[in-house]
Amino acid sequence: METLITLLVGVLVAVGVYLLLSKEMLRIILGTAILSHAIHLLLLTMGGLKKGDVPLLQEGAAEYTDALPQALILTAIVISFAVTAFLLVLSYRVYQESGRGSELRGQRDE
Amino acid sequence: MITVLLAIFLPFIAACLVPFIHKFLTGRRIGWFVMTVPLFLFLLLLRLVPSLSNDAVYQYTFPWIPSAGVYFSTYLDGLSMIFALLITGIGSLVVFYSIFYLSEREAIGRFYTYLLLFMGAMLGVVLSDNLIVLYVFWELTSISSFLLIAFWYHRKQSRYGAKKSMLITVTGGLFMLAGFLMLYTMTETFSLRELIAMREVIAADSLFIPAMILVLLGAFTKSAQFPFHIWLPDAMEAPTPVSAYLHSATMVKAGIYLVARFTPVFAGHAVWFYVVSGVGLLTMLWGSVNAVKQTDLKALLAFSTVSQLGMIMSLLGVGSLAFASSESAHIALFTAATFAALFHLINHSTFKGSLFMVVGILDHELGTRNIQRLGGLATIMPITFSIALIGSFSMAGLPPFNGFLSKELFFEAMLSLQNANLLTLDSLALLFPIIAWIGSIFTFIYCMVIVFQSFFGKIPEPFPGQREAHEAPIKMLIAPLVLASLVVLFFFFPNILGTYILGPAMVAVYPQFRTIEGLVPEIHVWHGWNMPIFMTLGVIIAGILLYRFLGYWKGVYRLGFLQWTLDRLYNAFLTFGERVGTLVTRTYMTGSVRDYVAYIMLIFIALIGIGLAGFQQFVFDFSNDAPVEINEGLIVFVMMCSSIAILFARSRITAIILNGVLGYSIAILFVVFRAPDLALTQIIVETVTTVLFLLCFYYLPEWRTEHKSRSTKWRNGLIATASGIAVTVVALLVQGHSLYPSISIYYETASRLAGGLNVVNTILGDFRAFDTMLEVLVLFIAGLGVFSLVKLRRKRGADQTEEK
Repeated sequence: METLITLLVGVLVAVGVYLLLSKEMLRIILGTAILSHAIHLLLLTMGGLKKGDVPLLQEGAAEYTDALPQALILTAIVISFAVTAFLLVLSYRVYQESGRGSELRGQRDE
Repeated sequence: MITVLLAIFLPFIAACLVPFIHKFLTGRRIGWFVMTVPLFLFLLLLRLVPSLSNDAVYQYTFPWIPSAGVYFSTYLDGLSMIFALLITGIGSLVVFYSIFYLSEREAIGRFYTYLLLFMGAMLGVVLSDNLIVLYVFWELTSISSFLLIAFWYHRKQSRYGAKKSMLITVTGGLFMLAGFLMLYTMTETFSLRELIAMREVIAADSLFIPAMILVLLGAFTKSAQFPFHIWLPDAMEAPTPVSAYLHSATMVKAGIYLVARFTPVFAGHAVWFYVVSGVGLLTMLWGSVNAVKQTDLKALLAFSTVSQLGMIMSLLGVGSLAFASSESAHIALFTAATFAALFHLINHSTFKGSLFMVVGILDHELGTRNIQRLGGLATIMPITFSIALIGSFSMAGLPPFNGFLSKELFFEAMLSLQNANLLTLDSLALLFPIIAWIGSIFTFIYCMVIVFQSFFGKIPEPFPGQREAHEAPIKMLIAPLVLASLVVLFFFFPNILGTYILGPAMVAVYPQFRTIEGLVPEIHVWHGWNMPIFMTLGVIIAGILLYRFLGYWKGVYRLGFLQWTLDRLYNAFLTFGERVGTLVTRTYMTGSVRDYVAYIMLIFIALIGIGLAGFQQFVFDFSNDAPVEINEGLIVFVMMCSSIAILFARSRITAIILNGVLGYSIAILFVVFRAPDLALTQIIVETVTTVLFLLCFYYLPEWRTEHKSRSTKWRNGLIATASGIAVTVVALLVQGHSLYPSISIYYETASRLAGGLNVVNTILGDFRAFDTMLEVLVLFIAGLGVFSLVKLRRKRGADQTEEK
């Protein structure tokens, strides 16, 4: 299972990076969202998968899954949501102000 | 020791106060406040002089970065005292002079702030015991010198001169720092005191010569020694008080200080002697020869400063031979050279300071300092003329001025090389006095040029100044008069200086020879018909003859090889550097953000690649893997497909929906992996995100298919694939190597420690509550950003500021 998820993480990272390198703002935002998905899965995998029961102590299980990555991921989900929301509104405003579509422009035309 | 600390920090404190006090003491009156600082320190230091001659030293240590061996330790001994007295004494006079020199229209507050900054830094250099602290102050003097040279920054020449001095002295300083670090690796200490005590250890080390050369490079660049002297003439763009203070009396002598300070560490080795005295003599000759051809009085004085600094440097080189001698008679012979160096150091500050002030007066009163446009001023400005006469004749080495005494000692020291049988010197023993003699002749000539070409002869028509020339106001003359009277005073009473000031300094340079007879020799005005006096007579005769016929041989300077200057080399090097720099930068700074993202990813991949290349144990351990069930495998397969499909999505809505598929699939995976909190949060967040996407999508235009060239696509694809592989490989390797036991067990005591049964919740709400609080803060800031981006608009016709 861990190996499979790690491979999935690799695919997600590749897709995220490819989207990050594109011109369109929306694609870039999607890229960051997918990258954070990948990282969440990676964090979870590091703690081992399906090694125990839900970390709720009243269950009285013999072994619990690692709670620490879960806490980290919970924080990360919220933060990545904030970033995504901000970027989306930013691109919306850029379009409103410039009326030029949501493309990032560099000096060089590709 | 409070005095020493005060000496270093009082100027800095005053520098901070100047802008505020300037509001109350407007115009040039601020100068009076500034002058109290060096004057007070001068008197304070003077009070310690008698105790220093009784072998007292003042030490104070304060830990700064003790783990790196850096202590803020100050140390006041005889050698520091000479420099500290010069800095504060000449500093008081220069500030006094500048009060009347600067016009009310100048940025006077800024000027004095820089000047005080320099004063503090320079006092820091000579009073620090720790090499790192010394280095910091050393570079601070370079910076304040840069600021002062560029004081009239609207002039191109000022900026050029400032940059040149900065580049050369700071580069030298960096070399010096490297030398200090080498010394640290040898001795494990940055303290000068301890370095001197560990002299044998340093001498035995293989880094001895490199460290010595590096430290000397710092000293040579600062003290404008050949071939680094080129910055000093260009530094003359600074206001004249600055030239008098920094570029003749104090800052350029920091290199001399460093060489004298390190004499007990390095001296005794042949390389030290050859480099220090060789470079010194060459500088002396080069400076004096070049000074003769100058037409700008300040440039002439600059080259003469270069030459005089070379002379002092060469004396220190000869003085170092004392460490290589065994007979006590010889030791005293060579220590006399260092004595002469220190004596001339003081003398030079007095006569050169007064000469600079005279040139400043001429510039101020007549509006020119070009020799060809000056003449016949002796009758119009008699007092100025007298000061110039005293200063120049002292520099030329004529009695009854202090320059005569130190020049005699200089010749004597050069002649004493005949006794240096320890080094292979047979031919050099003759060469050194001859070079010294020739240099002195040229020194004599340019001194005559100063006096006779600007003060005698015809008054040029039309007269350069706008108004009728007359004597400078007495207020401006006081400072140079004080210095000129010192020039005469030191001639008649040199031994007061010798006993109280130079004696302790000699002990500081030669700690192990403190008992040697004649370490502090008696200076005699007349010591019979000996070789030095004949050399002086020769200088006078040859000098007068050459000066008389200057017009006939001045054409020599137009010869090709003399036209070739180091300045051109410096300029060519600078232009070359700029061109190459621009070329290199242009190739990678494309201005396209995508390229920069690509660089970041490439560096990330490269770092991981390099790390893995040196990694030996590629163990992929799959034995601990949990089994995969069909439904889980299906979810992963769906995720892989939908993520790849995003890349090929034709419309935005497809991409957004596919992203939603990814998010919800992850939520399902969280359920599978026993993480209910995550699953709940993920579902909520994914829903809100998708809604947000769709909302924005409503406002944003349809996305266009990206018109990328095939090569760009390939490049991006390659970078993306490589990043994915890098992450996967590292993650798999991590799973194969469990280096540390998990710390998660600790959190399973949550019910006892935090009173909660949900471990994840207790971590967020109790164990790491601060993290959560700051996370909420981030969310809050992002919310504010979203709100302001959506709501706030610039009002029609309003200013650039955005208001609701």
